[in-house]
Amino acid sequence: MSGAFRIPSAGRLRQAKTARFSFDGQSYVGIEGDTLASALLANGVHLVGRSFKYHRPRGILSAGAEEPNALVEIKRDAARKTPNVRATVQELYDGLAAQSQNRWPSLSFDVSAVNDIASPLFSAGFYYKTFMWPKAAWKSLYEPKIRAAAGLGVSPDKPDPDHYSSRYAHCDVLVLGGGAAGIAAALAAAETGARVILADEQADFGGSLRFESGARIDGQGGFAWAQAAVAKLAAMDNVRVLPRTTAFGYYAQNFVGLVERVSDHLSTPGHELPRERLWQVRAKRVVLASGAIERHMVFADNDRPGVMLAGAARTYLNHYGVAVGRNVGVYTANDSAYAAAIDLKKAGVNVAAIVDLRDNPTGPVIDEARALGIEINFGRAVIRAGGKLRVSSMTVQPKNGGGERTIPVDAILMSAGWTPSVHLFSQSRGKVAFNDETKRFVPGTYAQDCVSVGACNGTDGLSATIDEAYAAGAKAAKEAGAKAAKGAKPKVDASESWSRGMLGAAPGAGADTTVKAFVDFQNDVTAKDIRQAVHEGMRSIEHVKRFTTNGMATDQGKTSNMHGLAIAAETLGKPIPEVGLTTFRAPYTPVTFGAIVSHARGPLFDPTRKTAIHPWAEAQGAVFEDVGQWKRAWYFPKAGEDMHAAVDRECVAVRNTAGLFDASTLGKIEVVGPDAAKFMELLYTNPWEKLEPGRCRYGIMLREDGFIYDDGVVGRLAPDRFHVTTTTGGAPRVMNHMEDYLQTEFPHLNVWLTSITEQWAVIAVQGPKSRDIIAPLVEGIDMSDEALPHMSVREGKICGVPTRLFRMSFTGERGFEVNVPADYGQAVWEALWAEGQKHGAAAYGTEAMHVLRAEKGYIIVGQDTDGTVTPNDAGLDWAVGKKKTDFVGIRGLTRPDLVASGRKQLVGLKTKDPKVVLEEGAQIVEDPKQAIPMKMIGHVTSSYWSQNCGRSIALALVAGGRDRMGDTLYVPMPDGVIEVEVTGMVFFDETGGRLNG
Amino acid sequence: MLLIRCPYCEEERPELEFRNAGEAHIARSANIAGESDDDFEKFFFIRSNPKGIIYERWRHMHGCARFFNAVRDTVTDKFIMTYKAGEPKPSKLPRNSSEVVAK
Repeated sequence: MSGAFRIPSAGRLRQAKTARFSFDGQSYVGIEGDTLASALLANGVHLVGRSFKYHRPRGILSAGAEEPNALVEIKRDAARKTPNVRATVQELYDGLAAQSQNRWPSLSFDVSAVNDIASPLFSAGFYYKTFMWPKAAWKSLYEPKIRAAAGLGVSPDKPDPDHYSSRYAHCDVLVLGGGAAGIAAALAAAETGARVILADEQADFGGSLRFESGARIDGQGGFAWAQAAVAKLAAMDNVRVLPRTTAFGYYAQNFVGLVERVSDHLSTPGHELPRERLWQVRAKRVVLASGAIERHMVFADNDRPGVMLAGAARTYLNHYGVAVGRNVGVYTANDSAYAAAIDLKKAGVNVAAIVDLRDNPTGPVIDEARALGIEINFGRAVIRAGGKLRVSSMTVQPKNGGGERTIPVDAILMSAGWTPSVHLFSQSRGKVAFNDETKRFVPGTYAQDCVSVGACNGTDGLSATIDEAYAAGAKAAKEAGAKAAKGAKPKVDASESWSRGMLGAAPGAGADTTVKAFVDFQNDVTAKDIRQAVHEGMRSIEHVKRFTTNGMATDQGKTSNMHGLAIAAETLGKPIPEVGLTTFRAPYTPVTFGAIVSHARGPLFDPTRKTAIHPWAEAQGAVFEDVGQWKRAWYFPKAGEDMHAAVDRECVAVRNTAGLFDASTLGKIEVVGPDAAKFMELLYTNPWEKLEPGRCRYGIMLREDGFIYDDGVVGRLAPDRFHVTTTTGGAPRVMNHMEDYLQTEFPHLNVWLTSITEQWAVIAVQGPKSRDIIAPLVEGIDMSDEALPHMSVREGKICGVPTRLFRMSFTGERGFEVNVPADYGQAVWEALWAEGQKHGAAAYGTEAMHVLRAEKGYIIVGQDTDGTVTPNDAGLDWAVGKKKTDFVGIRGLTRPDLVASGRKQLVGLKTKDPKVVLEEGAQIVEDPKQAIPMKMIGHVTSSYWSQNCGRSIALALVAGGRDRMGDTLYVPMPDGVIEVEVTGMVFFDETGGRLNG
Repeated sequence: MLLIRCPYCEEERPELEFRNAGEAHIARSANIAGESDDDFEKFFFIRSNPKGIIYERWRHMHGCARFFNAVRDTVTDKFIMTYKAGEPKPSKLPRNSSEVVAK
């Protein structure tokens, strides 16, 4: 048996397919096709949660995505724990385990419910007023306590083991909402041959046809028609049908985000299935068929479990075969709740009474209810619901006052009317318009190529809806380029009546009362709170919203916004449109991070770039560091070595014998063409026209403002061909910078730029023995100093493969950079390594590379410069062509501030105690005894222990630095002041003799 | 996500393929070295920040890699037109993008 409240003759689920589930540890049986909510109701469970602020017992309000109360945690295992799942949306599967939230120690006895009794203390704006003083207590005391006490579910604390997928799709017509309107629109569009996507958030298409027992279309019941129509659509090649798919965001140019719940409804989802799939759809036309959402009645204690929307009760009966009670009361201000009373009565449920606020309404449903013998009370209000963990009675009073009468009930079905769901329309930047007659906001001015049809457009009645939707679907397809439709419009044989409802607080919860008549269930906002916000000076609905938090919960006020607005307007004495509607924002319903992130996490979050030589370094036990997306070998520790010992050994080896270094990550750009030299003249400060082929030059690139942008060695391979190197991190922006000037400022130059970073592996061989290591492997290149002097480049072969062999040095030693096609990088490295072993060479990493270059005072752009350093500041004025009339940055260099005296200049620093290594970034002062804040005159940019020098070395930017040679300056640190002497930037081999010998 | 028409590819492509490159129609002087401080300031530092129509440079970074010019409305975020680098600033725009489609 799948629950005592299951009515075998009602609903559409097959009794045979049962599913066992648990809620708060208690086992129950439901039916496949149930939602968690319908299965709980079938077992007589209404109490499912505690409210956010007052911890009041809460039940199931709705049967759909608008649910504010029934939020539970679904747990598959320790890592698969999802909080705040709406029980009305979660489909039941065998073995489902759900827990209630925001209660301790149990759902029926929750100690924090004391907040409800103390609620006069917790009225609107309470947080803003109460926790203001003392200010320091907010972070340490108030916020942690509030966060612990309030809130909903608990976030999962383990990595998400599920995977998520993501797809892009394009279509002619995207139909959002699969009720009668959406299906009719999709049929009309699909019949033209247009590419159509139809999406609905429910497992079953049909929308309100799920409960409208009175609808008949094309000779069959409304729901059966919907299934047949969707099956027909799904079979068409030009149509994609997406159930369980919520359109959550409507972005620019008809770009719509949808999330499809792929496996949350399965008992044992295979790992091949993603949990959810994100659809990013670009549609030529969008048809919005998002329907309407029923509003509750605002009266005292309207949040008691068992008090629910009338349409929801009908859905539970007509779709799921579940009676929400055995003795129900109905409280309404429109016709639609009568249909719920009639359906339940016919199914054998006692309807204690219908209470209708209207004075003397007439119509077929009222006649039918009366004919069934249901007691009807016009002009009366329910002023109070009785009971605590479950509603036990409703107290009725004439709406203008008078004698009270209490009627025992176990459920109250309420309806204040229907609110068009204009969320997506509003997200599309459309402007809503208020219809004063029907008291509804409906789509007014459109900002995008979309159209609203059916209930979300304020269109009433099934016939009118299908007429409108079918015409709109055909028109949308035509506007997207399709031909005329060939199909036939669905014919409505029978439909239900519709009437408008009411907005705001019902009698008994008016301005003269202090009862708890809830407007926003999820955030515990009452009618009184909204009036209080107005009395305390809030005038705009946006202010009222923020002060009371009305509509700010995860349900985004789907049931509460219009009531809140009406109460604010009434209190202000203004018409509703003058108070205004709050803006709807994405997402329509909560979206998991997993769906948005999809596969882009872990190693797939960002590409990892590895050089051709990476596997060798890995095998040698290298420690790697991240340099942008690159993994670079940092140092190569031998057994027992720490980083310090390894780096010292590597540095010494390079200067004593030789070292091998993987420099493949260096950015490389080939500049080719008849005007290549002219282009280089414009992009770099140096002169290039007279550089002979086969020679290299250190180049500096500036921005137009005169500051250093990048640097690197450039080799001229031929009159029309330059091999340009850039910093590792700078390669993409240097390429962009070059392309920008070539395409837009110097388009007359005949030059081609090609990134060749990935094409060439680069092996630096540096040290006195470097030539001895390389020479035996090289063919066709004269390696003598006369033929291949420092700063030259030759093309030839090494190990039988092509090479661009640079004689250059970033260590101050005789050095070479061997460029080979990347595919041969590791093989050539291994050959060089074998040769190197004969001479005692070491492999060195980026840390040793940094130390060695600092010993020589070679700068690293981005470490020793920071975007405010000129060539002169860096001591590189020699690299600026004085006779040149134009290059990027030439004018910037003459700006008054850049030629002023006292600029920060790059200098060397030696600590008075040679063992002390300065911290990079440390500030430098002239007088350490001055009052704090001290005047800082510069900072340390590079600092290392140099084993070769037997002392620490540092580079620093210091105001007027080159005029301070030999001066003592100070670096104040937390544990004392460090004395330093200003020196030149070269610490090792000041004459530079080693470059050649 | 916006769709941007690349005037070289002659196709509307998603915004992700493009990169903004600042304001358009700011010419670098052929004699930049001889420019006055005021003129250099205008050229290098001063940019307009209009509410409404703006002329910008974009690059079809993950496509043809060409720089081009675009007219965009900063209020609606709509691209009104795009045209090739080097073409003159359009004297007439196709239509005022701030007007919304009336239904």
